[in-house]
Amino acid sequence: MSSTIPRLEIDGLTVAFGGLTALDDVSFTVGEAETVALIGPNGAGKTTVFNAVCALLRPRSGTIRINGEPAPSSTTGLSARKVSRTLQGLGLFESMSVVENLLVPLSSLDLGAEQRLGKARRTLARLGLAEHARSPVASLPYPERKRVALARALVTDPRLLLLDEPAGGLGSEDIDALAETVRGLAGQGCSVLLVEHHVDFVMEVADRVVVLDFGRVVACGTPDEVRHDPAVEAAYLGLEAAA
Amino acid sequence: MDRLAFLLATGLARGLVIALFALSLVIIWRAARIVNFAQAAMATVAVYVAYAVVTWTGSYWLALVAAVVTGMLVGFAVERWLIRRVPRDNPLPGMIVAIGLVMILHSVIGILFGPRHVPMRAPFSREPLYVGDVAVLSPYDLFVLLLALGIVVALAVLFNRTTLGLQLRAAATAPEVSRLLGIRVPRMVTIGWMLSSAVAAVAVLLLIPTELGLNAHSADILFVHAFTVAVLGGLDSPVGAIVGGVAVGVLITLVTGFLGAGMAPIAVLALLTLVLLVRPGGIFAVKEARAA
Ligand SMILES: Nc1ncnc2c1ncn2[C@@H]1O[C@H](COP(=O)(O)OP(=O)(O)O)[C@@H](O)[C@H]1O
Ligand SMILES: [Mg+2]
Repeated sequence: MSSTIPRLEIDGLTVAFGGLTALDDVSFTVGEAETVALIGPNGAGKTTVFNAVCALLRPRSGTIRINGEPAPSSTTGLSARKVSRTLQGLGLFESMSVVENLLVPLSSLDLGAEQRLGKARRTLARLGLAEHARSPVASLPYPERKRVALARALVTDPRLLLLDEPAGGLGSEDIDALAETVRGLAGQGCSVLLVEHHVDFVMEVADRVVVLDFGRVVACGTPDEVRHDPAVEAAYLGLEAAA
Repeated sequence: MDRLAFLLATGLARGLVIALFALSLVIIWRAARIVNFAQAAMATVAVYVAYAVVTWTGSYWLALVAAVVTGMLVGFAVERWLIRRVPRDNPLPGMIVAIGLVMILHSVIGILFGPRHVPMRAPFSREPLYVGDVAVLSPYDLFVLLLALGIVVALAVLFNRTTLGLQLRAAATAPEVSRLLGIRVPRMVTIGWMLSSAVAAVAVLLLIPTELGLNAHSADILFVHAFTVAVLGGLDSPVGAIVGGVAVGVLITLVTGFLGAGMAPIAVLALLTLVLLVRPGGIFAVKEARAA
């Protein structure tokens, strides 16, 4: 890591929904070109972390910094800060074509029409979707749609990418391809915060793993350290194994 | 046969006016998930301004521009200062506010202009043109037809070929996702209202010369027909609004021509009932989940 300022720094983040404390004093960082996995059982608060970073909700307390500056207070500030995100579901515009889906995030950037289309086409080509550019999203099989969702997050050249369960519903071949794409992002200096249940995938791509349980960080370390942490086995991996 | 050709051509012009108004309802529905029951009253306000402009300047074309501009302003004002403040967790408050707005606008028009119908002349003759000795449509009907088609094409280009259109569609189908992608969704909703009100204003402006004149209630029947059409076509479907509008316009004209004006509302109701029985979601309803 060439810089000491983390790409994403979450410090003492607490989020409550009415009486439910979804996040309780959560702190961790994602460094430059680092891939951090955020894991934990369902309802642990992983998506809530993403929503807080994306200004979709107001934390009760704590700070979120991106490149050392406070995170934007509105979603419209995300693209200027080079933050992109995928959603836990697909979150695609089903009635639009594939290329139109990519043009939406580009539409609010200060680019000419040609540049936008060029960027969209290059991103599609990179993810092996070039031939589907004009297809309606709804006509594609699920793994391709999942890739379109990733392409839409990548098309704006993010420096911080939040991936919410990107391997969800994919077969092993598609997961291998996804792992390669995610690893490639580090090479381009992109930092990734990854929520994923697929343990092998996480162990393969993550530099560090943060484990959440009931809104608290219960463990944090390299994949190997975390894998053998008893608290983690209790909170999460044990559940997986039992399931 | 001659009569049929005449009625079909006239019905087409009438149908396109209904189609425009139905399209305006579809635009608001897509942008804001609201059936705007104040659409006719809002459009009528814009047409009163157009009436004032044509009275002062004598220019129909300035009046047309005034209707469009006023329509946009009214749409802006209603969305920003009224609808935006209404709770949106269920559709009832929005409907009630819209109905209240109708009452206010009708009263204001009544106070300013009285209950009478003020005459508004068509910019072109309403006498039918003849091809050989067959009466087809009038120059005014031809004007209505061309202008309505022009607006439909312009809207299609706006929504499908421009960046603003892409943003409008994105915000309409998945507002939450759109926000994350940097789209200013509230702005898109406002623009949707402005576009919609302007289109409705033009539809009412085109309608008036074929009616008794301009009155606070001039567009009420148009609203009923257009609402029927929008439901028939599926509130989400612009194509449905256009096809349905033309179909209902032709139906009304044919029924009026062959069976008498009294039968027209019954025919429209029969059509509505039939379609709702066969396809409750509307003929062109698309199964498109609107993400939260
Ligand atoms: N908008 C919300 N309103 C109320 N409760 C919420 C909301 N979003 C999430 N929660 C609750 O917060 C907790 C954490 O949810 P979430 O972050 O989605 O979990 P995860 O992504 O780890 O499965 C859950 O108990 C969930 O029910
Ligand atoms: Mg989640």
